[in-house]
Amino acid sequence: MKPIKELNPQFLQSKENKEHLINYLLGVADNYLILGQRLGELCGHGPNLEPDIAITNISLDMLGQVRSFYQYIAQLKGDKTTEDDIAFLRKEREYKNVLLVEQPNTDFGYVIVRQFFFDVYNRLFLNALQQSADETLRALAFKGIKEASYHERFSGDWLKRLGDGTEESKSRVQQAVNDLWIFTDELFHSTKADDAMIAAGVAPDMFQLRDYYYEKVENLLSVATLKIPEVEYFQKGGKEGLHSEHMGYILADMQYMQRTYPDSKW
Amino acid sequence: MNNLSNSGSSSSSNSSSISSRMANQIFESLPEEVLTILEEVADPEIPVLNVVDLGVIREVVVEDKEITIKLTPTYSGCPAMDVIGDDLERAFATHGYTTHIQLIMSPPWTTDWITERGRKALEEYGIAAPLEETADKDVLLNEKKLVKCTNCGSQNTKLVSQFGSTACKAMFQCEDCLEPFDYFKCLK
Repeated sequence: MKPIKELNPQFLQSKENKEHLINYLLGVADNYLILGQRLGELCGHGPNLEPDIAITNISLDMLGQVRSFYQYIAQLKGDKTTEDDIAFLRKEREYKNVLLVEQPNTDFGYVIVRQFFFDVYNRLFLNALQQSADETLRALAFKGIKEASYHERFSGDWLKRLGDGTEESKSRVQQAVNDLWIFTDELFHSTKADDAMIAAGVAPDMFQLRDYYYEKVENLLSVATLKIPEVEYFQKGGKEGLHSEHMGYILADMQYMQRTYPDSKW
Repeated sequence: MNNLSNSGSSSSSNSSSISSRMANQIFESLPEEVLTILEEVADPEIPVLNVVDLGVIREVVVEDKEITIKLTPTYSGCPAMDVIGDDLERAFATHGYTTHIQLIMSPPWTTDWITERGRKALEEYGIAAPLEETADKDVLLNEKKLVKCTNCGSQNTKLVSQFGSTACKAMFQCEDCLEPFDYFKCLK
């Protein structure tokens, strides 16, 4: 795919543009890190062997993705910052992931619904990002989307199986849909950095894809014989660094090693 | 926005000739010693597959005893990549070379870059080689039986899990000889 527009070679000379690009990249990459961490928690705790292996595989893909993004950020910063610093040494407010990905692994239903809500978004996002004016992002999107389609197939299949399964599985997964639905809208919010990158052609305008996203999600929920929740308002804040109470625990778990034994490597 | 399906590029019937042609371009001008060392370095998770046959070496530049290797990762999170980089450095160091490894992301790796020799090695090792894209989708959705059992050759096989012991594989079982085996998923 061709980029929508070419990036002005002077674009990154501006300190402000660079700052926006870094913040934009953190918003994208932190989703992969935190979701990867959440999924990693399930290693050895899946409901049975196959989903356990699948979930850790997906976690590995997400961590692989995030490394590429963090390496790019480190390169943009051009100082001594490494990918490990970015992953492990920031404070809670400096993480820009959406609230959806930090929600806990309440039960397998929640894991699948959270994953499905994210996978549908992620595939739309990576598809659109292939037209970014930024060459590195085009390459990362092109690589990532292949894996993302495997993820969406996995979570979508399980959603159908649980929704159209037993009474127990249906009621549990419906509960997860109801509880997590309020976090979906935030995926389409844009920050100041996002807006700057959309204007430059670096970032796709995800708000344009919002209706298509809900159409896809609602279609699959119907196939899974699940009800589409009606909510008055959605939750947001993660993209601005304002997280739910779960985030601190995730970071404590994730950063413990790096803070206790500084400079250890991935 | 309806162009999301992975359609369009299923011209892989001649993939082996394409991959061997590309392989030739990368390796033909290399000194014999360098190629031999490269072929000694194997994927740590699939030891029968060397890095040349795996198709992850995209460019090699040799200047006296300095060698620059451009590697492309298979799956983004594949832990084997770091090990492959280290193994290459070590292998070349024992022959007196200094190695510079560069990771490149574009163009992304595809299973088409596994050479014909690599596919054979996989099969003999008990891992079914990747099918082309549409067939791959059919078997991973358990809609068609196309993967051949690596033990008895029967096509009467079933998908056990879309994800396997490593990011690149799915688990299958033969319904005739009952042998469980891995299938290397198509990635394009």
